[in-house]
Amino acid sequence: MIGPYYRPQLTSMLSITHRATGVLLGLVGAPLLLLWIIAVSRGPENLNSLYALLASWPGKLLSLALLFSLCFHFCNGIRHLIWDTGRMLQIDAAYRAGYVVLATALISTLVLAGVLL
Amino acid sequence: MSEMRNPLQRAKGLGSSKSGLPHWRAQRITAVTLLLLIPWLIWSLLQLTGAGYPQAAAFIADPINATLLILVLLCMLYHAMLGLQVVIEDYVHHHGLSLLLLFAIRIAAAAGMIAGVVHILKLVLGA
Repeated sequence: MIGPYYRPQLTSMLSITHRATGVLLGLVGAPLLLLWIIAVSRGPENLNSLYALLASWPGKLLSLALLFSLCFHFCNGIRHLIWDTGRMLQIDAAYRAGYVVLATALISTLVLAGVLL
Repeated sequence: MSEMRNPLQRAKGLGSSKSGLPHWRAQRITAVTLLLLIPWLIWSLLQLTGAGYPQAAAFIADPINATLLILVLLCMLYHAMLGLQVVIEDYVHHHGLSLLLLFAIRIAAAAGMIAGVVHILKLVLGA
């Protein structure tokens, strides 16, 4: 998709964002969930230092990025699963669903960030 | 699921890959499972925000929570491994490096699954 004649389009942008958020969730998000489980298992000191790390401002920035990635990948994943059934493959339907995904992901990120972070 | 490619296609070797369907199917099965379990995980973590160690330990020690947490962790790591595999196959063109990375994500996913199950069971059994 990258080249001198490429014009940014919602469909391809959401597609590459799905991959990017998936990579972030796979390389950082899932290991963080595992780290939380291990920290709980190892005791209060471990868990509290993990929480302190996440409460620092780089930790909050990372948490926000992970939260958005999760919300986006979750919503756009539903769009992909609908496509897998052969539905909503027309250009206008794919665009409409794309805008719904983007709006839902942003709103749910803000709501969850407000409560969690 | 039964074989979806007909014998002639298989004999002619048509298609970009000879083993894409199981990968595709596993990616979707884990996706649907995560679709159901991620809301539960988020809801549970919301209950634990502001709470300290005792609440978190009690949460994981509950057998039903532990079962769901193991399920979500295994599906997540497997789904992530399948996704990262596609990304590596698409963007890493050096054959040796590609093989090394594919090996690494498999070992990492397996290790993560084992570590997660062991630590969750430790909390459930109070060992």
